[in-house]
This record gives sequence, C-alpha cells and structure tokens, in this order.
Amino acid sequence: MSEIQNYTINFGPQHPAAHGVLRLVLEMDGEVIERADPHIGLLHRATEKLAESKPYNQNIGYMDRLDYVSMMCNEHGYVMAIEKLLGIKPPVRAQYIRVMFDEITRILNHLLWLAAHALDIGAMTMFLYCFREREDLLDCYEAASGARMHATYYRPGGVYRDLPAQMPKYKASRWHNAKEIAKMNENREGSLLDFIWDFTDRFPKRIDEYETLLTDNRIWKQRTVGIGVVSKERALQLGFSGPMLRGSGVAWDLRKTQPYAVYEAMNFEIPIGTEGDCYDRYLVRIEEMRQSTHIVRQCVNWLRQNPGPVMLENHKIAPPSRIAMKQDMESLIHHFKLFSEGYSLPKGEAYAALEHPKGEFGVYLVSDGANKPYRVKIRAAGFPHLAALDEMARGHMLADVVAIIGTQDIVFGEVDR
Amino acid sequence: MDSLRQLSNQIEEKLSDKLQSCKIAFEELTIEVLPEHIVDVCYLLRDDPIFHFEMLIDLCGVDYLHYGESEWETGGATKKGFSRGVGSLNGNPESPHRFAVVYHLLSIQNNQRIRLKTFAQNDPPVVSSVVPIWNSANWYEREAFDLFGILFEGHPDLRRILTDYGFIGHPFRKDFPLIGQVEMRYSAKEQRVIYEPVSISPRTLVPKTIRNDNRYIEQQGSVIDE
Repeated sequence: MSEIQNYTINFGPQHPAAHGVLRLVLEMDGEVIERADPHIGLLHRATEKLAESKPYNQNIGYMDRLDYVSMMCNEHGYVMAIEKLLGIKPPVRAQYIRVMFDEITRILNHLLWLAAHALDIGAMTMFLYCFREREDLLDCYEAASGARMHATYYRPGGVYRDLPAQMPKYKASRWHNAKEIAKMNENREGSLLDFIWDFTDRFPKRIDEYETLLTDNRIWKQRTVGIGVVSKERALQLGFSGPMLRGSGVAWDLRKTQPYAVYEAMNFEIPIGTEGDCYDRYLVRIEEMRQSTHIVRQCVNWLRQNPGPVMLENHKIAPPSRIAMKQDMESLIHHFKLFSEGYSLPKGEAYAALEHPKGEFGVYLVSDGANKPYRVKIRAAGFPHLAALDEMARGHMLADVVAIIGTQDIVFGEVDR
Repeated sequence: MDSLRQLSNQIEEKLSDKLQSCKIAFEELTIEVLPEHIVDVCYLLRDDPIFHFEMLIDLCGVDYLHYGESEWETGGATKKGFSRGVGSLNGNPESPHRFAVVYHLLSIQNNQRIRLKTFAQNDPPVVSSVVPIWNSANWYEREAFDLFGILFEGHPDLRRILTDYGFIGHPFRKDFPLIGQVEMRYSAKEQRVIYEPVSISPRTLVPKTIRNDNRYIEQQGSVIDE
C-alpha cells in the first residue's frame, strides 16, 4: 500500500467559486485541509492612495467600486466621514432616501450572496431566481441615479437629486410587441416610490420561494450545517462584524446600537444565530432581507408624505442649481470653485462606520485642512473575515472551503481595495 | 458625549503615566501613547472591565511626511493674483516623527469606540505587534507593513499582502509616486512579461490647497478647546 502524502494545491485565482480573484494555497492531508493561506491583492487598485490625489467629491465614484455589489452603502460611509468633519447634517428627506437605498442595497447584496453561495453548493435555480429580483432593484438604482451599479448618488450634504416622479418604462422593440410591453410596464406606471412599493409587496413571497427551495433541503443542510463554526469569543477576537458576527450569536448591529441617518425612527428586528455555522448565517441573511423590506416600506411611506429639499443649501459644499449658475454671478463662482478646487475640510480626523450588508464598513479620514483627503483608510468588512478563512477551514474537506468562502460573502473589490 | 467624557477621564486616571495626549474631537476620543507602551496599554484596554475593548476594528498606518503642506499658495493671493504652483511648499509637520499606527477599538459590551495612536520613532519604523491581544490584527499589520514599511515586532508571519509578488518599495508612503515605479508588458521578443520603468510622467491635476476658511474657524475652535 502506498502512503497518502500531504500535498499543496492551488485554488484560484481563476476559479468560479473563488468569488473573484482569490488565490488560495491549500495544504491538504488527503482531502482534509491542514492549512489555508489566502493570497489577496490581485485586485488591489490603491483606492486609498488615489483618493489622496483628488478633491473630496471626485472620490465618491471610487467608493462604488470597492464592494461592487453594495455600492451605495460604501458611498454612505465616505460621505458620513466628510459630513462629520464638516459638521453638517443633510436634510431629513435626504437621510430617508439614504436609508431606503441602503436597505435596497442590502437586499441587492444578500440576493447576490444567496445566488452565488447556492450556485457554489449546487443549487443552480437560486442563481436565476435571485437575479430576477436584482433586476428590479437595479432599475431603481438606474431611475434614481442614472447608473445601474456605480451610482455615485450620495453627496456630502445630501443626495445628488430627488427621486424621479416617473419610473422609466420599457419601449416596444423587435423582440417585444406592444402587448407584452404593456404587461412589463404594469408596475412602472407611477413614480419610483410606487415601483419600490410594488416590489416590497411581491418580494416577501419570493423570499418564501427561496426558503422552500433551501431551508429544509437535505442537501443544503448537509453542506452548511456544522460547517465553518465560529464561537462567539472567536468571532470577537477575529474582528467579525455584520451577519458573520450575528450568526455566532452576538446581538450587534450598528443600525441599532450606534444609529446613523434616520435608523432611530425605523422599526425593525435584528436576527441572530445560535450555532455560528454556515446554516445560521444563511438564516440570518434571509431574515435580514425580510427586515430590510420592512424598512424600505417605512421609508417609502415617509417619503411619499414629506417632500422637501434633498441637498443642503450651503453652496460652499453643495453646487447651486444649473439654472442659478447660468443667471447668477455668485452661483457661477461657487460652481466653478466647487468643481475645480473643491472644498476644504477642517484639520482633524474622523472615523465613520455603518452597518454595511457584509458587516462594519468604516472610513477613517485624516484631513490637514486641504481640499483633498490626507489619508483615507477604508475598513472593509470582508478583510478580517477572509483573514479568518484559515481558522474556519482547518479540518474541513476541500469541498467545504467553497461553502466557507460563500458564507463569508467575500467581494474582492473591498478586500483588496 | 457624556459617556465619552467619562471614558476619557477613566483613561486619564488609569493610564496617566503612559498617556501622551487624550482628546475628544468630532465626538471621538483619541489617545496617543509611545510605542514602547503600546502592548501594555492594549492589554489594559482589552482586559480592564471598565474599558473592555474586546474588538480591534481597524489598524492602519499613516505617513505624516507631507502633512500640512500645500501645493498652491493661497495666502495673500488676492493681492498678487492667483498663480498655479504645483511644487510642494514646505509646511510644518505636527509631529517630528513620520509614521503613525492608528488602532480603532470597539467595545461591544459598553458600546464605545476609541482611537489609539502611536508614532513609530526609529528608522525603519518598528512597533510591537498586537496579534496576541487581538487576532484580527494579523492581516492589518501585514497590510501596514506592505504599504508603509512599518515593522511589527513579534508578528507571526509578516509578509507582504496586497502588492505583487516581488514588489519593491512601500507604495502608500508619501514619497512613492502615485503612478508607481515600474510598469509591465508582454515582450514579444523575449516571449515573457517584463517590467520596465514607467513611461508616463506624474502630474498634478488639482493642486492640494489648504484654506483656513473663516466658515470653519469658529467650529474648529470649539472642538479643539474641548
């Protein structure tokens, strides 16, 4: 009999289950993982260094590209840090819009996570189902900001513009005749808020569908129950946050404990797990989608009743309107200075954190009084999670590594920055 | 705000001999200690039941080389007219030391945050590792080493993390050019990917301008006085 030797295998960077460009060096004993060494940085773009060379507002677009499945939440963290240093507070309507889009983003993120995670473990249908719902939410992004993914919608002092009164509609084409188009446009007759409201009506039933497929599925349970268990103490020690921390039974959510924007006015619950395994984290995220839907509905109700400004009137920070700019000398000067030099922040440092779909997203901003940040440090939620991969994967089988990468909800845009 | 002030008083009481500064600005508490005390202070912050900072949220390096330096003179500009200066004008750095390591701690039990700062004094900069205190520091310290060249004494595995295999230099240092030192391309002649010095020259699109704006002075003053 020949002896089984330890050997090292290379997982990724071009592996569909690596969720991007993760290179994983695995030391195996047979099919059991002895040590996992993630090599990251293949998507490193030096966002933080680039940000140091640009005026504050020009960096908002970079934030979208960090965690490219939860775009607006990243922007929110960055503008919150700037607002903290400037000592300004956006109008209430802008804060409601932000909360609404933060939660839409959370659903977007969790849908993609569920789609990819299920696909990795072998449930192909989930991928198609989740992308069907993502399509509607990306349409909301597009209606509000003009871009389906990299929105650049939030600004220090509010949001770029108010929500549109008319949801964009499909037009007849070679592939869809007028009758089909009328059916597709059924829920797009009203405003964006009407469309979102209609979505929140439909969505809980869709979550039920996902759960029918997965929650009691024997294969799903075999692949996730008892896999990648992290105890409460270890989760804290390893710097986990978000669903990874809540899955281990720590009731910690920044939306509740350190509320920002208008989360204090929102009514929602925080799900937590008990075992700290992949299955618990799955349940936590599913419940978070339901709670997010609930928050979105509260925001839509408020936004329908309370029209108002969505941007501060302070033209040292927020640009004047196009019409004012063309007619008024002072507005023209403000506009010119804002878009050439930008605004200066007072000297100091600030850390703004928010509950990102993946965990705590923080921006540490150091300003020396200039029109550009002196140093931006982005605290990405996925970074400490991936660092714990070695500990979580040890002793598991090779196929479980895929489940663990999936449950960590890794996106390389934010891990590598 | 009150709980922050209370925390600040408790820290001053417990750490009086090791504390260099302790101030509240922008509703955040920042304390500064010497690098030789960092491990003691971290153990105290984690284990003392009053503080109970069980989580290291973030650790990063900061390079203060060009802090407060402007690329465009603005003072008195209205008398002489604006000029477009893009060279670096010497300012006066706040600290004589170049590299700082900044720790952000979170106490879940007390729902409090604190920022801990230490200036590395040697060259190359060396700071003790806090991996035994918070395991999450492992990758953060590797990152700070990779990007700033700060060495962490006692780190179990201080390798580069974000940059390419075989990378030379520490890219987030302020004297490292934004466009980098080398670029790579496929050489058809040598039939492999080769590195060569960058062919583009760096330029400043928007000069860094420091304005002591009146609209912030009042607010800044009130923050600093605290």
